[in-house]
Amino acid sequence: MERTLKVIADNLDLMASGLAITLVISLIVIVAGTVIGILGGVGLLFGPRWLRAILRAYVDILRGTPLLVQMFLIFYVLPEVGVEINGFQAVCVALSLFAGAHISEIVRGAVSAVPKGQFDAGRSLGLTFAPLMRNVVLPQALPTALPPWTNTAIEMVKATSLAYLLSVSDLLFRTQNIVERTGVAMPFYITAAIIYILVNAALSRFGLWLERRTRYAT
Amino acid sequence: MFDLDWSIVARYREEIVSGLLLALRLTFSSFAIGAVLGLLIAFARVSGKRWLSGPAAFYVETIRNVPLLLLLLIFYFGMPMFAYRSLPEWLADLIVFDGVGSVIVAFSLYYATYLSEVFRAGILSVGNRYLDAGRALGLGRIGIARYITLPIMFRTVLPSLTNTLISLFKDTSIAMAIAVPELTFAARKMSTDTFKVFEAWITVGAIYLVVSWIIAVVMRWIERRIKWAV
Repeated sequence: MERTLKVIADNLDLMASGLAITLVISLIVIVAGTVIGILGGVGLLFGPRWLRAILRAYVDILRGTPLLVQMFLIFYVLPEVGVEINGFQAVCVALSLFAGAHISEIVRGAVSAVPKGQFDAGRSLGLTFAPLMRNVVLPQALPTALPPWTNTAIEMVKATSLAYLLSVSDLLFRTQNIVERTGVAMPFYITAAIIYILVNAALSRFGLWLERRTRYAT
Repeated sequence: MFDLDWSIVARYREEIVSGLLLALRLTFSSFAIGAVLGLLIAFARVSGKRWLSGPAAFYVETIRNVPLLLLLLIFYFGMPMFAYRSLPEWLADLIVFDGVGSVIVAFSLYYATYLSEVFRAGILSVGNRYLDAGRALGLGRIGIARYITLPIMFRTVLPSLTNTLISLFKDTSIAMAIAVPELTFAARKMSTDTFKVFEAWITVGAIYLVVSWIIAVVMRWIERRIKWAV
């Protein structure tokens, strides 16, 4: 018992450095995925036909294949065509594209739930497309989009653990390394699990806070 | 650019086919066990009894927020280390699994949380008048669950079950992390053996896409077949 405690204490800083990588990847992916998702969702609804076709294929293919396969595809194929990419970058790109596909679909659904009269009202005020979206439509789509957005964000935090398979030293990679080196398994696995649970609980709180902030009278 | 050589797909035909079959086996076994567990959890959560709904809610909120890959590593690497050190051998033998077994255990426990949410929504969507009708017929709690709630909710939850089944199928790719030779494992082998990375990953990606699509079509056909009035 005492030995186990000492082993844990000795390795906590390694786990913390893994957590830092996990948080950085999560943040990049959630921000990039949200930007892609807003553009993709609006494009899916209002883009010219060729753009809608491309976005539909993008969303359906990324949602229809395993994230892990997409990650390996990016990691192994990009260097073949002359793009140097390391594991960290491959994970960020793969997860962002994947999150972007899911959030596109969320944004598409939420925007199409905004009453048509709002579009007409905006246009009759003389708003062009971009201000109409930015000032009238998207703020009203936000309350509908937020709960599934939070779920996607939590899925992405969990998905950062796939980075382990590209030897990126995230929380799971560090944990597995420590387990293999020290022969102490369960205490580290459970610590890692609790850390993931806490991060996701914080994220879900943040989602609820955003929901309260954006609930206007409509 | 690079030269494409699709003949490697034919050369690795056996690995691909057996990988796909194993992925499907993992999918359906985990789904079946996860659905039974999920149903029990869902009924526990709506039972109104604290000592049932409390632990059920705790289970869902913890397991669902942990990465599936971590659960898999816990059962594959952690369990043997823990069990053979601290438990009697007969008990350790019982809870330690090989690769395929670990995948099925981890996936069942993980997907039980998602399925319990699906079932819970389904149970809550069954109207009170049906339950009243059941009570009027003299059915007990179990009778109502078996003959009224289950058949009525089954139809409402079917589309969500399809989505969960497809997610589970895609997630079986994670099994390659512990060298279970499913489809993604086959792709990795193809790509590292032959360096035909593009062909390997595109082929396997396309297989996942087509099989997901087939599952969706079959389930939609089943949805249409089951149209008892509600």
